Amino acid sequence: MTDACPGVPLIELRDAAFGWRGRPAVHGISGGFAAGSMTAVAGPNGAGKSTLIKGIVGLMRPLAGTLRIAGGARRGLAWLPQAADLDRTFPITVLDMVAMGAWRRVGPWRRFNAAETERTWQALELVGLVGEAGRIVGSLSGGQMQRALFARLMLQDAQVLLLDEPFAAVDSHTADALMRLLCAWHAEGRTVVAVLHDLALVRRHFGQTLLLAGRQVAWGPTAEVLTPGHLAAARGAPREWL
Amino acid sequence: MTALDWVVAPFADFGFMRRALAGTSAAALGAAPLGVFLVLRRMSLMGDAMSHAILPGVAAGFLLAGLSLGAMLLGGLVTGLAVALLAGLVARLTPLREDASFAAFYLISLGLGVLLVSLRGSNMDLLHVLFGTVLGLDDAALLLVTGAASATLLTMAALYRVLVAECLDPGFLRASGGGGAWAHMVFLVLVVANLVAGFQVLGTLMVVGMMMLPAAAARFWLPTVAAQIVLAAALGVAAGIAGLLVSYHWNLPASPAIILAAGAIYLASVACGPQGGLLHGLAGHGRAHFR
Repeated sequence: MTDACPGVPLIELRDAAFGWRGRPAVHGISGGFAAGSMTAVAGPNGAGKSTLIKGIVGLMRPLAGTLRIAGGARRGLAWLPQAADLDRTFPITVLDMVAMGAWRRVGPWRRFNAAETERTWQALELVGLVGEAGRIVGSLSGGQMQRALFARLMLQDAQVLLLDEPFAAVDSHTADALMRLLCAWHAEGRTVVAVLHDLALVRRHFGQTLLLAGRQVAWGPTAEVLTPGHLAAARGAPREWL
Repeated sequence: MTALDWVVAPFADFGFMRRALAGTSAAALGAAPLGVFLVLRRMSLMGDAMSHAILPGVAAGFLLAGLSLGAMLLGGLVTGLAVALLAGLVARLTPLREDASFAAFYLISLGLGVLLVSLRGSNMDLLHVLFGTVLGLDDAALLLVTGAASATLLTMAALYRVLVAECLDPGFLRASGGGGAWAHMVFLVLVVANLVAGFQVLGTLMVVGMMMLPAAAARFWLPTVAAQIVLAAALGVAAGIAGLLVSYHWNLPASPAIILAAGAIYLASVACGPQGGLLHGLAGHGRAHFR
C-alpha cells in the first residue's frame, strides 16, 4: 500500500530532539516506524510524547539530529490532536468539523462534492455520531468529541496515523469502540502511532513500543520495552509517572 | 406624521441622508463580518488598539495625498504594523507584558496622529478625522468605503475555509499543508483597510464600534459562525439606519448616534439572546444544571 522499500522504515529518526523556543522537550530519539507497524508511545507526564508526535507531523523542525520521512508519506500523514488543542468554543457543527478531514483533497477552494459529503456521513456513522451531526462542537461530551475527531481522521484516509492521547477523557465503552477502529486500520495495512497512558492496553494491542522520559528509554517490541527495568528508568526520570 | 414617514421621509427627501445610508451600510457590511472573526479569535481589543495605531499613518497619507485609498491605506498599514512589531519587541526584550506595551505604543501613535492632523489642518479637520463626516460624504468617500467593503467580502469568501480552520484547529491546518499564517496576515490587512476606509464615515475612534458591536451581539442569537456573519452585517446596517434616523429627528451628531444604536442592539442581545443571554440563562438554569 506504500511505496517504501521493505525493511526501510517509513519514518526514521536519528538522534533527533524536539522542543519549543529552542528548549528540547525530548532528545536522543533514534529508530524507525516501519510501514504497517502499530507503535505505542508511552512515558510519564512531560516525557515529550506529544512534542515528538507534533515534530513528526511537521509542526516544528528537529532541534538536533534528523527526521526522515519516506517520499510521498509526508502528504499521507494524519494527526489526531488532543481535544485540548482545539478551540472547542468555536461555533461550528460536528458535520463541518468532521468535513475538515477532506482538506488535502478539497483544500481552501475546491468544491466539496457529493462523494465527500457521502464519506463524511459514513465516517459519522462508523463512530456513532449521525444523530449529533447538526450539533455545535462545544455541546459535545469528551467522549463524543473524541469520536468526532476519529471521524475526521477517517476522512483524511491517510496511510500513517499519529494519535495524541486518543483515549483521554473517554468512557470505557467509547475507548473500546475507538480501539477497534485503530485495530481495523492497522489490519488494512496502515501505520499507527499512538500516545497512550494505559500500559495494559499497550501490551494487549501494540506490537511496538517507544518508551520516553525526556529522552528515549527504549524502543522495540512491546514485551522487550515494557520491562520492570525500563519502567523504573522512565519513572526514575525527575518527573512524575502518571 | 405616520411611522412610515418617520422612517422613509428623511432618506426620500435628502440626498445627504441617502449618501449617509449607503456609507454606513457599506461600512457595516465590510466591518461586521471581520468583527465576528475578531471576537472568535479573542482579539476584540486588538481592533480597538489598531484603530488608534493607524491614525498617524492615515493622517500623514491624507495630508500628503488627499483622499486617496492607496496613500491612507499604506500609511495606516505602516504605522499599524510598526506598533504591532514594536510592542512585540518590547514584550520580548523587557519584563513588560505584551498588552501593556501594545497599549503604550498605540497611545503614542494616537498622540502622534492628533498632532499631525492639528499641525496641518484646522480643528474642524481633526474633528472630522476623529468622528467622521457621515452627513457630508462626497463621491470619493463613498467609492472608498463601498470599494473596501466589496473587496473585504470577496476576500473573506475566498479565505473563509482557511479562516475557520485557523481559528478552530490551527495545528490541523499546519499539518495539512498550512496557509494559516498567510491568511492571518491578509485578515489583519483587511481589518486595517476597513478601519481606514470607514474613517470618513464614522471617524477613526467610532468605526471600531461598527466592527465589534454587531459581531458581539450576533453571537447571542445564532449558533454557527456563518449565520453570525450574516446577522452581524444585518445588525450593523440596522444600527446605521436607526442611528441616522435618531440623529435626523432629534438633531444629534450622527456618528455617535449610530454607534449608540449598535450599543443598544448589543445590550438587548446580552439580555435576551437565546445563545447564553442573561434572561435565557436564568430561565434555563435548572435544566442546564442537570445536563
